[in-house]
Amino acid sequence: MDRTQLLIGLAAALFCLGLVGVIVRRHVLVMLMCMELMLNGVNLSLVTFAQQSGTTVGAVVVFLVFVVATIEIALAIPIVLLLVRAKRTLDLGAYNDLKG
Amino acid sequence: MLTAVVLLPLLGFVLNGLFATRLRSHPLGHGFVTALGCGLPIASFALVVLGVLKLAAAGWAPLVETAYRWAQIGDASFEVAFYLDRLSAVMALVVTGVGSAIHVYSVGYMKEDEGYGRFFAYLNLFLFFMLLLVLGRSLLVLFVGWEGVGLASYLLIGFWFHDLANARAGKKAFITNRVGDAGFLLGMFVLFQAFGTLDMDRIDASFAGPVLPAVSASLVGILLFIGATGKSAQIPLHVWLPDAMAGPTPVSALIHAATMVTAGVYLVARMSGVYLHAPEASAVIAAIGVGTAFFAATIALVQTDIKKVLAYSTISQLGFMFLALGVGAYGVAIFHLVTHAFFKACLFLGAGSVIHALGGEQDLRRMGGLARRIPLTFVTFAIATAAIAGIPPLAGFFSKDEILWYAFASTRGGSPLLWFFGAATALMTAFYMFRLLWLAFLGPSRMAPEVEHHVHESPRSMTSVLVLLAVLSAFGGFIAVPHFLEPQLALPATDEHLHAWETPLLVLSVVLALAGLALAAFLYGGPSGRVDALRARFAGAHRWLSGKYFIDELYEAVIGRPLVWVSDRVFLRVGDRALLDGTLNGMAAVARGGAWVLGRVQTGSLHVYAWLVLAGLAGALLWSWRHV
Repeated sequence: MDRTQLLIGLAAALFCLGLVGVIVRRHVLVMLMCMELMLNGVNLSLVTFAQQSGTTVGAVVVFLVFVVATIEIALAIPIVLLLVRAKRTLDLGAYNDLKG
Repeated sequence: MLTAVVLLPLLGFVLNGLFATRLRSHPLGHGFVTALGCGLPIASFALVVLGVLKLAAAGWAPLVETAYRWAQIGDASFEVAFYLDRLSAVMALVVTGVGSAIHVYSVGYMKEDEGYGRFFAYLNLFLFFMLLLVLGRSLLVLFVGWEGVGLASYLLIGFWFHDLANARAGKKAFITNRVGDAGFLLGMFVLFQAFGTLDMDRIDASFAGPVLPAVSASLVGILLFIGATGKSAQIPLHVWLPDAMAGPTPVSALIHAATMVTAGVYLVARMSGVYLHAPEASAVIAAIGVGTAFFAATIALVQTDIKKVLAYSTISQLGFMFLALGVGAYGVAIFHLVTHAFFKACLFLGAGSVIHALGGEQDLRRMGGLARRIPLTFVTFAIATAAIAGIPPLAGFFSKDEILWYAFASTRGGSPLLWFFGAATALMTAFYMFRLLWLAFLGPSRMAPEVEHHVHESPRSMTSVLVLLAVLSAFGGFIAVPHFLEPQLALPATDEHLHAWETPLLVLSVVLALAGLALAAFLYGGPSGRVDALRARFAGAHRWLSGKYFIDELYEAVIGRPLVWVSDRVFLRVGDRALLDGTLNGMAAVARGGAWVLGRVQTGSLHVYAWLVLAGLAGALLWSWRHV
């Protein structure tokens, strides 16, 4: 089991950890953090593959992901704040106004 | 110039229609309507006279004037073209001449009416369409006029539409005419398919040519005749005309006696080229014509409404015209059309004068003794009555006698049987017309006292028209219309062996007219018990006749009620509600149900959404793995 395999396994583990967190947890902030975890898993795999193939494209994409993730969180946190202000809770179960 | 003839009444309609209702309260409004409404038809009449003079100067070569090209489809050109030859000249003179006289009469008759301006607008509109019908060169233009006069007739029958019965009578006339129009349209289609043109002179000419066109003349003839039965109130489409008497009396005189109802006669005479090659169609026309004449005359014997008697008399006289057409005597039919326009217009306007004098009373049983009270109306009415009864030397005698002679002796389908029914009708005509004269004008008064108190002679504008028409009824028979039309509408040959009968038949028809007069004088001039005894003796027959043979009831039972049933059960309940509404409601229900099912997915729980996204991603990956 060489280093690349190890790193890819770690990336997959990070991704799955984030995914399970998003699906299972009801706390909004924890869910956001789990999403970051998933992004980091993907970033790790991108860097690993870039290293292996000897190009820098993967690393450049990672920087792009950083920027997008920053913007995403910058938007998500105010939304969560507004939601909390309206519902007085961080429990996702209360946010079901669009129930069909 | 022909275009101007047609367009002048249209101008009157537009101006009267636009301004008359707004000027109603203005002191000049009445004068404006009168000047336009009467002036333009008279101007149109003057132009027709000029046109006829021009025609005569050109040696009677037909004048053609193309006003507008409607459409060009392939090689076929549809033009609004006007055509003045001997036949349309006679018709146009009658339409504008008698029409103008009736317009002038209406000034007095409708004076007090609220819808004075509207009335003249409609009358002008009618005249426009009638002239389009008469002067049109193509069957298509004729058809536009044909429908247009139907529209004007509808508007004028229902002129006093506040009374629902009047509006219903207008509707009945319109719908009955649609039945005939279907036949007319089919005839036009057949002709167009065969000739590629609808110009009537061309169609007639190609039938006259050495090679006959490849189309059944009888089929075309029957189809066009179906149209004519509708417009000219022949069996079986005669039912609308008696009801059409709901309109103002000048309308009955102009549209339902003198001009519009004769359009069918004009159509057949105009298409005589076709009918000359269609002996079967001609036989049908003769049979229907004489049948209608006889049948309507029997009904007229017992009617008690002054206008209804005249209405059935009109149907009967139209039947005479079709009898003449059926035996090939087209010019004679037009002759009777002209004399009939004179005396029937005079009779209707006289009846209008009576109704005017009695403040709206139309029932003959509440009249009587009017001769001394409204002498001018009486004299003119009596002349017209004698004219329609066929007493020589008045107009009706000449035309009716010629029709009877050709019905007897024509080699184009004349037979003694046709003559017999025609002569019997002539006898009945004389009887019921003199009965009308006696009941209305002679004998003791049966009027209500307050009505009797107000009886007055009509104003000058009405009586002068009556006098004019009475003079025409008296001397119109000396206008040799068949002779004038002969170069265009040749008279049929008569059977040589029957020529010995000509004088005896002539004498016989005079005797019949006088017999009708004598019978009416005997029954209605003497003690009233005679009529009552006769009615009691033939109670059953009287019931059938006064019920108009219950034709309306028959149509109601055979056509009306099944139609209502089918409309309600099949078209409304099955077709409209179940099929159309059901389909739309079903589609809406499917959409709503689908939305409900899909709406279950929208739980509002972010976890479920996340699971679904995951499942979608997994599915997409799986699919691409399998397929790429």
